[in-house]
Amino acid sequence: MSDYNFAYLDEQTKRMIRRAILKGVAIPGYQVPFASREMPMPYGWGTGGVQVTAACLTPDDTLKVIDQGADDTTNAVSIRKFFENTAQVDVTECTQEASVIQTRHRIPEEPLTEDQILVYQVPIPEPLRFLEPRETETRKMHALEEYGLMHVKLYEDIARHGHIATSYAYPVKVEDRYVMDPSPIPKFDNPRLESAAIQLFGAGREQRIYAVPPYTKVVSLDFEDHPFEQMKAEQDCDLCGAGHTYLDEVIVNDQGGRMFVCSDTNYCATRCDAGHRGRLSPEEDAA
Amino acid sequence: MLDSSLQGGFSNPPVQSAQAFRAALSAMARPGRIETLGGATAPAPTSAAAATLLLTLCDQETPLFLGGAYDTLAMRDWISFHIGAPIVEAGFAQYALGTWADLSQATLPTGISDYPDRSATLIVEMDTLAATGARLTGPGIEVEAHLNLPEIKAFQANRALFPLGLDFYFTAGPHLAGLPRSSIVAEL
Repeated sequence: MSDYNFAYLDEQTKRMIRRAILKGVAIPGYQVPFASREMPMPYGWGTGGVQVTAACLTPDDTLKVIDQGADDTTNAVSIRKFFENTAQVDVTECTQEASVIQTRHRIPEEPLTEDQILVYQVPIPEPLRFLEPRETETRKMHALEEYGLMHVKLYEDIARHGHIATSYAYPVKVEDRYVMDPSPIPKFDNPRLESAAIQLFGAGREQRIYAVPPYTKVVSLDFEDHPFEQMKAEQDCDLCGAGHTYLDEVIVNDQGGRMFVCSDTNYCATRCDAGHRGRLSPEEDAA
Repeated sequence: MLDSSLQGGFSNPPVQSAQAFRAALSAMARPGRIETLGGATAPAPTSAAAATLLLTLCDQETPLFLGGAYDTLAMRDWISFHIGAPIVEAGFAQYALGTWADLSQATLPTGISDYPDRSATLIVEMDTLAATGARLTGPGIEVEAHLNLPEIKAFQANRALFPLGLDFYFTAGPHLAGLPRSSIVAEL
């Protein structure tokens, strides 16, 4: 694989992406257009995130890739292999060991540090897109800070369901200026968008890059009488017993059996290793 | 073209530019923090940090403005060989290099409301960088940071334009600090 340039992309492309990242960091929450390249994987598989990661990686980095919190799913495994082959970087499944983490739709449970970069894969970067399909109009709405429509959408949730039913890709306002789509992370993760790490968002098909610098104010939109609420399943994890993590519901048979497990596989495994037990943990050996 | 202008590029561009970018990213994401970078050497009086930054971020797609003592034949030759950036007047520049005395007089693009990213990034050469002086708060800063900015008022006026405005890198020798338009600058 030594025939590829370091981290796959050519230097000209990386400079273009790097310039977009820096402008994104300087204007938190604003979507910077960039000339997204075709990558050796289909749109929807994280081409935006991969390009941002490629522009950030150095040979000294340790990369972690997660898909819905899991290190061992197809998307995560193939992106991790891609960078192992094209950038020869070390890879890890351990959140604390990673210096660059590419994620699809989750923020790791473990709090991130100043030395880490979190790269999100974003399908639709424009939070107003389903309310206003025209790019010319949404751009104007951002320029004029005209976000009333978004509050109407949240209000209609309340009118119809009695509460804000939006449960993922929950819109946030960054540094009191831009309304931003935090990518389809569960709203459980929204409070952790205020982080010590640099957070970069890449949308390949939609050709946008945006960023949230460390310690930036990120507020989930809500109403005084309907404040933002974190949401998770009421159960504890069936493997590690954690009651404070985001859980996936897994169907285990065709008799309606189900179990709840941490969506962050590394966090769950670390807890299991530390001796935490859940409802369905295997019996400890009597010996 | 001067023979000397063929010298001073990266010996291993993919790796050196990646490392330099990470320093530049960290500096812009954490205003006031002083980073170290190097690998490139441009004709005097350009610092190693400024030369490395130019080589990492600029190419034929980025119009560049050279201020005062930096607009020399040697520098133009070095840029056209290593970078290929068109040298333009301040009003068309995407990047600008010079001292604060040069650049504070220039009128550089601050972006337009639909596209605030269409604004210039300034590389301001300084004698030294130190974490003293002006107090910085805002995105990227947990409590507050300090940096020896050349003045205060211009940066307050720049912040008032937000989300429009200019973004700054300050360079001295191998050292680099950043100041994005989002930073709130106050006197100590």
